[in-house]
Order: sequence, then structure tokens, then C-alpha cells
Amino acid sequence: MSSFFTFLINGISLGSIYAIIALGYTMVYGIAKMLNFAHGDVIMVGSYMVFLSMGSLGLPPVLAVLLAVVVCTVLGITIEKIAYKPLRKASPLAVLITAIGVSYFLQNAALLFFGANTKMFTSVISLPAISLAEGQINITGETQVTIIVCIIIMIGLSLFIKKTKAGQAMLAVSEDKGAAELMGVNVNGTISLTFAIGSALAAVAGVLLCSTYPTLNPYTGSMPGIKAFTAAVFGGIGSIPGAFVGGILLGIIENLSKAYISSQLSDAIVFSVLIIVLLVKPTGILGTKISEKV
Amino acid sequence: MKKLVSLLLVLSMLSALLIGCGSTSADNNGAEAGTDSAAVEDTAAETDGTTEGEGFRVGGIGPLTGGAAVYGIAVKNGAQMAVDEINAAGGVNGVPLVFSFEDDEHDPEKAVNAYNTLKDWDMQLLMGTVTSTPCLAVAEETMNDNMYMLTPSGTAVECVQYDNAFRVCFSDPNQGAKSAEYIGTNKIATKVAVIYDSSDVYSSGIYTEFANSAAEYGIEIVAAEAFTSDNKTDFRIQLQKAKDGGAELVFLPIYYQEAALILSQANSMGFAPIFFGCDGLDGILSVEDFDAALAEGVMLLTPLVADENDKTKAFVAAYEAAYGETPIQFAANAYDAMYIIKAALEQSGAAADMSAEEICDLMKAAMLEITVDGITGEMTWTEDGEVNKEPKAVKIVDGAYTAM
Repeated sequence: MSSFFTFLINGISLGSIYAIIALGYTMVYGIAKMLNFAHGDVIMVGSYMVFLSMGSLGLPPVLAVLLAVVVCTVLGITIEKIAYKPLRKASPLAVLITAIGVSYFLQNAALLFFGANTKMFTSVISLPAISLAEGQINITGETQVTIIVCIIIMIGLSLFIKKTKAGQAMLAVSEDKGAAELMGVNVNGTISLTFAIGSALAAVAGVLLCSTYPTLNPYTGSMPGIKAFTAAVFGGIGSIPGAFVGGILLGIIENLSKAYISSQLSDAIVFSVLIIVLLVKPTGILGTKISEKV
Repeated sequence: MKKLVSLLLVLSMLSALLIGCGSTSADNNGAEAGTDSAAVEDTAAETDGTTEGEGFRVGGIGPLTGGAAVYGIAVKNGAQMAVDEINAAGGVNGVPLVFSFEDDEHDPEKAVNAYNTLKDWDMQLLMGTVTSTPCLAVAEETMNDNMYMLTPSGTAVECVQYDNAFRVCFSDPNQGAKSAEYIGTNKIATKVAVIYDSSDVYSSGIYTEFANSAAEYGIEIVAAEAFTSDNKTDFRIQLQKAKDGGAELVFLPIYYQEAALILSQANSMGFAPIFFGCDGLDGILSVEDFDAALAEGVMLLTPLVADENDKTKAFVAAYEAAYGETPIQFAANAYDAMYIIKAALEQSGAAADMSAEEICDLMKAAMLEITVDGITGEMTWTEDGEVNKEPKAVKIVDGAYTAM
């Protein structure tokens, strides 16, 4: 029983990371109607920033994380301005291919700057582990921080969208870009803001990911990126609570199937669950049906 | 304006690609250069210390970049050292060896590309490849071309399934069986958990044979947990199951990067069994920023024990002087590989102006006749390409490999 709780908590922690990454996918999809496949690689850039600023510059963890957030935010806005904005009127396929191109660009740039060798990432979190049930259950500091950070981000983001003008503008743009523009909403500014928030979250996710699983190489972001994209689709792409629910569920399913069914088949099981959910409810768990305008 | 921007985009993508390629070739002195002719020039220029042109052309293939780079670099260095020594001592019956090494990034497709690059360079003998998966792909090519192939460290059984291929290291089943034997006969543990990579030939090969031989040596496998190459960052589940099973020892027939993660995750869980691995763990102490204290007490089977005798000591000293780091066993295998090629060439009576096919036919017979006393032990070969030698075990004590 105690191992079940350990598996569950680790699953929630992994799921929290997926959820934070999935937010980036889901927000960008909701507002710009595009799949930003370079998102996973922004995570990797964020992790390298923390790694370098702690290792080479000797910055304290908090400053290093802040620096990574700033760098990723700037990177996200830059990618949007250079690669995606000129294609706003192009076919969705062209944008998708561009996003894949940006993803490869970031991976290869990282290979060039940081080298291919895997680096051991020093955890930025120094909280002691909590021991429960006479040492049977051990919750590491990383796990605690990951779950708490995910909840804070989720609440903060919901409040931001509901209570602020910029958040309302985001909702309006996602509802109807043309109408929002006519109503005086700065559409380009709103899209940039979305990319900025998504990329800042990617930096946070990168730090949490690399603190929990302490290795770092130029491909670190790609698999979690794909999993998080799955989580976003699972929960209903475009929906913020959906990303949260999808991420956590995906993490739990992955860990429990690894523990109780087969450690090799866990990925297959995760993706089968996705297929089943999509067959039953094509919009995902919390997604709403959007009627396409002709 | 739009056109200009998209043009810029295309240019930036292209330059990224070129830069990507450029960096690989800069890193490994000219592997994977843009055109074939450039590659030939680059690699020819790279083999400094050997006379260009006349001589036996020996090619090498292995990962110089990417996740398994530690192995490839060690093999390249070890082989180069042996080549320099052999040439300084008069070569093979007066004919020097010319050595060229290509990067494969531990990727089968790139390994075949590297092989073709080497063939364009008129390679006569292949010392490679370093890792198992690329080795299988290249073995198919060498079989078709009837090219002599000696892998220093390709451990999968099928690496040497054709009669033109031989190896210096142990095969996977051999390592699995020897590990079980070592753990059993030395009474290190009876309850053993295994964590292996089911998507990797090397790892699953060792595991299968270990599981087959375990019962024979009184070992009970309490947990056999797998992971795949797409899912290799979180090992807490596997470790938890090993812990729940009451494992005294965790057998890790895997490569060192994952092992480094496993050690740190086990440490954070408060799980401290004995960790036992095979030659894939060799290199764990060279992982950047890895806390070597975590590896304290880790045992592994390896063919090279640095302080075993004068020959190994001399090798280690020379390697440290040349490359500034302690050699791992891959370097030793590659070093031996060059001396094996030398011995077999001398035995076969091959001449430098023969074609690769002619040399290969002579070498096939010669390999079965020679006995090489190398730094990894005394070796003879059987017709199936396997080597006969004794494995040795080392333990990591105070951040260094120590004989057990």
C-alpha cells in the first residue's frame, strides 16, 4: 500500500510537470490556433540557462531560475515574431512545419553551443524529503515543490485570465480573432503575450524537470514536450483546466502502468488511453466543441 | 517585406543545418564533411603521426559525439596510441598502419555512412564499430563486401555472426553469464533486482542470459524491470519495486548515463543496495558534474584492471600522458584490437597492395591461429568470431576503479 502512494505521488509530480508544459501548448493553440512544436525545446533552453548560470556564473538558484524565465520569455517572443508572425495568414500546415523547423533549429543550436554530452543537473531545490509511515513513503523536496508550483501556476493563470484586461483580451482573441480586432483588442500584442507566458512557464517546467531527473542534453525537452502535447489533447486542447487535468492524469497513468502492468509498455498504455479518450470524446476530457465556420 | 523575412528564415534554417554539420566535423577532426572528396582529404590529414599513402589502411567507426561519445573517443585514442607504437616499432613486417576514424553518433544509419566514407578512402580492414546497434548495421555491409571486421567493443551476439567479423570484448550472453557466476560464486548477494533497457540489444542480451544462469548460481531475481530509450529519465518506479522485492543487489546491464541517474535517484529514495554492472558502466566516473561519491562501491565486470601488471600500468601511464585522463576499458580493447590486427596480418602474410577481399580471406584463417597476449588478457578466437579470455571485476573505491 505504501508503494502505491509513492507511485501515485511520483505520478502526480511527473503529471504536474506535464501540466505546466501542456499549458504552453494549450494557450498558444487556443489563441493562435497553431501547434507550437518548438515548445519542448524552449524547456531545454531554460534548463541550460539555469545549468550555466548556476555552474559558470555561480548565481544562487533563485536568480538562476529568474534569469532562465527572462531568457525563455524573450526567446518565445522572438520565435513568434520571426518565425510565426509572417505566417499568420498562411495555411496551418505551413505554420506547423515552421514550428518543427524551429524545434530542430533550437536542438542543433544547443548541440553547437553546449555540446552533445549529457550533463548532470544540480537540483535547484534543497528542501528535505518528507518521510511518512515510518519511512515507507519518501516524498522528495523536488516532488513537493513541483506539485506546489503547479497548483500556484494553475490558480495564478486562471485568475489572470478571469480578472485582468489582458486575460480578457486573450479570451476574446481565442473566441474570434476578427471580432476582437474590431473591438479594439491588440491581437498581435495578445499573441505575443501568450507566447511570453507559455515560454516563461516552459522555463519553470524545465527547471522542475531537470531537478527531478537530473540529466540535461539538447534533446531533454523533446519527449516531455510530446507527452505534454498529448496531455493537452487528452484534457481538451485550448482549455486551461483541461491541460491541468490531462497532465496530472497522464503522469498518474504512466507511473501506475509502469508499476503494475509493465515498465516497458507504459508509453504504449499512455497513448492507448489517449486514443480511447479521443474515440469516446473527440474534444478531450474538458474540451468544448467548436463549430467550424465555413 | 514578407518575402524578405521568409528568405531570411530559410537562410537561418540553412545556416543552422550547416553550422550543425560544421560543429560535428570540427569536434571529430573531419568526420562527416560535406563532400566525399573533402572527407577523404580531411581524414587523411587527420591521421597525423602515420605516413600517408603506403601501408595497411585501417578504418575505425564509433561515436565521437552524442550520448555514447565517451566510448568512441576512448576507442579512437586507444587505437591511435597502438598504431603510433606499432609504426614506431617498424609497422607490420616493415609496412606501417594508416588509421582513420569516423563518427557514427551511436546511430546505425550514420555508421553505414561512415563505413561508406571509409571505403571511399580505400580502407582495407575495419576496426569497429564501437557500440552494438550500429555494429549490427555495419556487419551486414562488411559481409557483403567481404571486409575484415574486428569490433573492439560491439557485444551483441550478432555483431560477429558472419565469418569476416571478430571481436575483442565479451559477447552480451557471455557478460550476463559471467556476472551471474561472479555474483553467485563470490556470495555477493542472493536476492537480485535487474533494471535493463529493453530497447537496446546490448542490455536485453545481457539480461536474458543473466536470468538464464541466475538459478544455477543460487541467485533469486526478485524484480526484473525494464525501461525504453524513450522513457529513461524516471527510474524511481523500477527502484521502488527492487526495494519492495528486498533486493540486496541491483544488476545494471546498461550504459553509464542511465546508471548515473539510477544511482542519484536511489540515493534520494534512501535505497542503498550493492550496484553491479557490466562494461557499459565503465565511464560513469567521467560524466560531467556527476557526484562520484554516489558511485562509491559500485562493482563492474571489465576486461581492464589498471594496476594488474606492468603491461597494463604502462598502458595507463602512456594513455594518461597522451590524453590527460584515465583510460576506460574501451580504450584498452581498442589498443589490443590494433595489436590483434598486427598479429593476424603477420600470420596471414597479407601485403599492403592487396584488396580488402583478399586480405579478409587471409585474415579469416589467421585469426583462428593466433594467440595475442594483450592488456585485457590472453586471447584466442573461435570460428564463430568469439574471443576466449577471463573477465575481471573492479570496484569503485575513492573515485577510482580498484581490482577486487
